[in-house]
Amino acid sequence: MKKGIEVSIAASIAAQLARVEVIAAYPITPQTHIVEHLAELVANGELDAVYINVESEHSAMSACCGSSAAGARTFTSTSSQGMELMHEILFIASGMRFPIVMAAVNRALSAPLSIWGDHSDIMAARDTGWIMLFCENGQEVVDSTIMAFKIAEDRRVLLPIMVNLDGFSLSHVIEPIEFPSQEEVDAFLPPYNPLYTLHPDKPLTMGAYAMPELYTEAKYAQEMALINSKDVVTEVMNDFSKTFGRRYKPVETYNTDNADFVYIALGSIGENIKTAIHEMKEQGKEAGFVSLRLFRPFPGDELLSVLKDKKRIAVVERAMPGGAANGPLFHEIATLMYTGGIDVKIENYILGLGGRDVLPETFIDIYNGVAHTKDTVPVKEKNYDVIGVRG
Amino acid sequence: MCSVRPQGLSEEFAVSGHRACQGCAEILAVRLALKGFGRDTILVMATGCMEIISTPLPTTDWRLPWIHVAFENAAAVASGVESALKILMEKNKIPKKDIHVVAIAGDGGTGDIGLQALSGALERGHKFTYICVDNEAYMNTGIQSSSLTPYGAATTTTPAGKKSIGQSTWKKNMPKIAAAHNIPYVATACPSYPFDLINKVKKARMVNGPSYIHILSVCPTGWRIPTDLAIRYGRLAVETGVFPLYEIVNGKYSLTYNPEPLRHMVDYFNGQGRYRHLTVKTISKIQERVNLDWKRLKRLCELK
Repeated sequence: MKKGIEVSIAASIAAQLARVEVIAAYPITPQTHIVEHLAELVANGELDAVYINVESEHSAMSACCGSSAAGARTFTSTSSQGMELMHEILFIASGMRFPIVMAAVNRALSAPLSIWGDHSDIMAARDTGWIMLFCENGQEVVDSTIMAFKIAEDRRVLLPIMVNLDGFSLSHVIEPIEFPSQEEVDAFLPPYNPLYTLHPDKPLTMGAYAMPELYTEAKYAQEMALINSKDVVTEVMNDFSKTFGRRYKPVETYNTDNADFVYIALGSIGENIKTAIHEMKEQGKEAGFVSLRLFRPFPGDELLSVLKDKKRIAVVERAMPGGAANGPLFHEIATLMYTGGIDVKIENYILGLGGRDVLPETFIDIYNGVAHTKDTVPVKEKNYDVIGVRG
Repeated sequence: MCSVRPQGLSEEFAVSGHRACQGCAEILAVRLALKGFGRDTILVMATGCMEIISTPLPTTDWRLPWIHVAFENAAAVASGVESALKILMEKNKIPKKDIHVVAIAGDGGTGDIGLQALSGALERGHKFTYICVDNEAYMNTGIQSSSLTPYGAATTTTPAGKKSIGQSTWKKNMPKIAAAHNIPYVATACPSYPFDLINKVKKARMVNGPSYIHILSVCPTGWRIPTDLAIRYGRLAVETGVFPLYEIVNGKYSLTYNPEPLRHMVDYFNGQGRYRHLTVKTISKIQERVNLDWKRLKRLCELK
């Protein structure tokens, strides 16, 4: 039965259903409702876990590393500046192969200070060696959180995972969401059985340093684990579909079979793109949409098979390129197409920064090739279009 | 000073084969401390001398479970380890056992970059011991000053020169900062007084809550002294009142060794290359400060 609930609260309930044992978190908007509700569940005895009120996000991720190393199922959540403060430890969590799950409520980075949603934070963290899932709606947040533990803790993987959801435009929205029962989740997600733990009965050294003759090999092994985790992600998504009936794939497509033109995007903006596609269909214009549910490891093969026969591709993303040739998502798609031998027109649109509303019409404008000329100032020597810059 | 020799200390948890410099008092301090903590201990270490000398992959110096995550977060990692053990034991996922978590960091990892994580962990009341092994500078990166470098000491980032006396600020009082968190046990120690150190470690292990031990760890390399003199300089630091040995048990101060009459600072500065530029005027300024601190400490200990 579906229940109308705020997506943040749903995310914390998913962590509860996963029977998390240690939560270390520091509050930051718009992540707060997730950790507040978890604190409440622990306080009321509805979740048998330790909630550590750390003094910073840096310590949140550090405590998560300690907890995971000692063998507890570990959860945290953060956003924006908080993720930046964790940044150093994000690399260490993945390098030390701790299967921590984090709800990353995506938000713009300062300056100027903005509490609203975009993907600046996650794009700054995209190469930290974490598995990254993106969600379009609340149901995906709940389901991805439960799947995340199963993927992370799989002994073929043992890597941390971020479940990304857009700040406010998803985190604070009330949606009808179906929750699996505790028994169903228990059957799907067995208790965490760690391979190595810190315990005096079997002393181990964790986090030793590597001389130049070993560092490359260690990083290569980590990279292979991350790349190979795609198979486990797919497997767990398939298992989830069989158990719960909701179908998930690393690359989700909408109307791509009929269209020569496709949008590619991450996160909740996909719902607006789909609305636009639906409207355009009524005008006889065919456009498709590709949503990356899995962003790390990058699902190249799956994407190529969708993109190989397209005529025009629009990458829309919610992060500024920072002086680069194009936006971060565009780089990946363009690289993939070049190495995959696809030579078609590919465009880059930057939009929805710092919580700016993005309406379905914008995507129709993109399709019609007039998005940039509407209410915007030109950008010199740019390869990308920043939508909606007022002159 | 303790009068009873601690028993059962033959087991080694920091073993030979590490890469510590000759005459390093820090590895000695940690080795002694671990004897006091015993086998059921999990070590969390910050980046620093101890981490670098002890764990080049694939070797290790530690016979106890040991983890290093980063420089500034030993206390936070220890918080996570302690919390995980607690819940896993509550849930009977691991057998109930008194396992003690010990975080170890240097002076920079404690007084500078790690201060926030330490304060957070002390405030939260985790049952763990934090040890600061204080060699008074960032030694493994090349003797740069920290906030625990003493006034007048020359380091590579506070060199003595025509316009500089070396470090121009006074050493941060870390034990007092730790004690200000109202934790049950705070102590200072020095491996030149091994049984005092071990006794304090044993007391720290017994308290129900956070404990903090500040260990002066003489560094022949950074202090520019001969490698066979670490123990002697540790004793001189105590005997001059530069590094008093005391405890703060539930807020109550007590000296564990009273070296009065204090030796003159010159005895301590002599032969230390990091102080060789000091003038008589600077030495008397430092002497004044040490005397004042000593008086204050004795007042806190209610000796005067």
